[in-house]
Amino acid sequence: MRRLGVTIAVVSLVAAACGTSDTDVQAAADACEAGVVDGDLNFYNWTEYIPYGSAAEESEVEDLLAKFESEYGVEVTYTEYESNEAMLAQVEAGGAPYDLVVPSDYMVSLMSDPETDLLVRLNKDALPNLSNLDPQFTNLPFDPNGDFSVPYQWGTTGIGYSYDVVDDSEGISWGLIFDPVQRADYAGQISMLDDSREALGAALKYLGYSLNSTDEAEVNAASDLIAETKDDIATFSSSGYWDLLIEGTTMVAHGWNGDFFSAYDGASTDDYDAYEDFGFAVPNEGGVVWVDNIAIPVTAESPCTAHAFIDFLLEAENGATLTNYNYYGSPNAAAEELIYPEILEDPSIYPPQEMFDSGALEFLEDLGEFTTTYEDAFVEAKS
Amino acid sequence: MSVSEGTVSKGWPDRILSLNGWLVYVFLYAPILIVMIFSFSDHPNVGIWGGFTLDWYDRMLGNEQLMRALRNSVVVALISTVISTVLGTAAAIALERYRRWAGKRAFDALLYLPVIIPDVTMAVMLLLWFSQLGMRLSLTTIILSHIAFNISFVAIVVRARLAHMDDSIEEAAADLYANRWQTFRLVTLPMIWPGVIGGALLALTLSLDDVVITSLVQGPGSTTLPVYVFGLIRRAVTPEINAVSTVMLVASMVLVFVSLGFQRRAERFDMPREEVDE
Repeated sequence: MRRLGVTIAVVSLVAAACGTSDTDVQAAADACEAGVVDGDLNFYNWTEYIPYGSAAEESEVEDLLAKFESEYGVEVTYTEYESNEAMLAQVEAGGAPYDLVVPSDYMVSLMSDPETDLLVRLNKDALPNLSNLDPQFTNLPFDPNGDFSVPYQWGTTGIGYSYDVVDDSEGISWGLIFDPVQRADYAGQISMLDDSREALGAALKYLGYSLNSTDEAEVNAASDLIAETKDDIATFSSSGYWDLLIEGTTMVAHGWNGDFFSAYDGASTDDYDAYEDFGFAVPNEGGVVWVDNIAIPVTAESPCTAHAFIDFLLEAENGATLTNYNYYGSPNAAAEELIYPEILEDPSIYPPQEMFDSGALEFLEDLGEFTTTYEDAFVEAKS
Repeated sequence: MSVSEGTVSKGWPDRILSLNGWLVYVFLYAPILIVMIFSFSDHPNVGIWGGFTLDWYDRMLGNEQLMRALRNSVVVALISTVISTVLGTAAAIALERYRRWAGKRAFDALLYLPVIIPDVTMAVMLLLWFSQLGMRLSLTTIILSHIAFNISFVAIVVRARLAHMDDSIEEAAADLYANRWQTFRLVTLPMIWPGVIGGALLALTLSLDDVVITSLVQGPGSTTLPVYVFGLIRRAVTPEINAVSTVMLVASMVLVFVSLGFQRRAERFDMPREEVDE
């Protein structure tokens, strides 16, 4: 037994000593040149989040992975993950040779933090197409200056509703959920996201505050508002709420735009258009803009191919293909003329520019230690 | 409240109990039945019936990514089952038949650990272990992980069988000049066979179902079916998922029934049987 223990300890030490250190990857990345590849690509992404294979065929858009393979003469292996946290654990442990990952906004700030240091600083010389990015997406709160990540797709949080109870000809208000007079008609048929930042953010917006507020009094006011509303809320849930809306169990649902659209599309048939019965909008007071981002983890073995792929996605045509497949907003301004007009003209995917300019739409900022205040306030509001 | 006299009573408590039994079945199986029914529905929404179709099964078979995930799952399940069954059976024999060896008690206690500790803990431990060894995550690391947790399940099932086998039969074989290997192959193994098959089928099922551990130890291109389906649910729910679920369900149920069959056969050999914790 003891011998075995010693052997294991030795093997572990050797393994640790032999591993490529993070600085090597960074150095390799700094030396990359635009359009030059250095090996095959291991792409770690959410399930079916890029058009390729039979899914691309079915959606009648170009297979982006095959296109990259033939343009650059490398092979792309696409692997699916199902949560930010599983991906984080694998990158942190270091055994996963992934060259590209697609973390959500909060995960980018966590992974690029100097203490965790899990993302390669991007070599912008190797990314000439960065100029195609919409300036709005070049200085995001979770990654100032875009040093570690490039936006991949974005969307909004708002309210999905049934036209039976909601008239949205003048836009809608968070009052659909928080105003006791408005919600009297459908009390008990409301769902809210089970997420402290999103739920309190909605209440903060209704009260006229920023959803990144670090004022304890404001957060407490938002928490009280949710507590007062709680009895009329059927459920706090972050998945499946779209089905409740379609079935008619709920009339008003707080949630992410993409979820509602795929549910509405799913419910539509050749002779029924669900969009006639259901809508989605970001309330006039504003709401959250979420962003998924593409980044190079320190486990990368082909950092230059990874840069080439990011630059490839930033090409107008490819950025448009991505959005035409996912039906999410594209951070690629140059891509806009190639995106289906039905997507661009849909205010629930592309909200009016004024909402960005006025500060109504906000990105979720990493609030550091203050995050626990949000979590505690939300737990208290629900109980 | 009246208590009926005698030993045989067909009063209301019995009826309530049997009603309760039926309700348990309804709660357990009605949702499953609905999932299966809607896999044949000609409507893209999982909650709306639009007439009978086999389209979703056709789509499932035409989805390359999904088929690749299925292939990975089958490879992992078969290899990890064979290896963990051999190792698990050996462990069970070592614990039951060899009375004293160094570290036996510790080994005995540790064997139950993978059954008791939460999947997430096991997943993180395995992930860190592989990275300490400098192993690249791949299909191999998934297989190793599945072997690691399956050994315990196999050993527990086989041990229960061994515990009720009279070892005087093996002694008799030894008296008749059978060497240890012959005794094992001709006497012990045929008698514990139902336990071994039961353990193997249990291992196969657990391997086919695992999401938590696999999602942490998978490598490039090695996503298994359950992990893939889990990710798919986050994006869009179409009856294609119902079709996949139905196929997995039927496969799992067949395995469980076969496994139960073998355990029944085992029970007929010896009446008293130890409680086997899953």
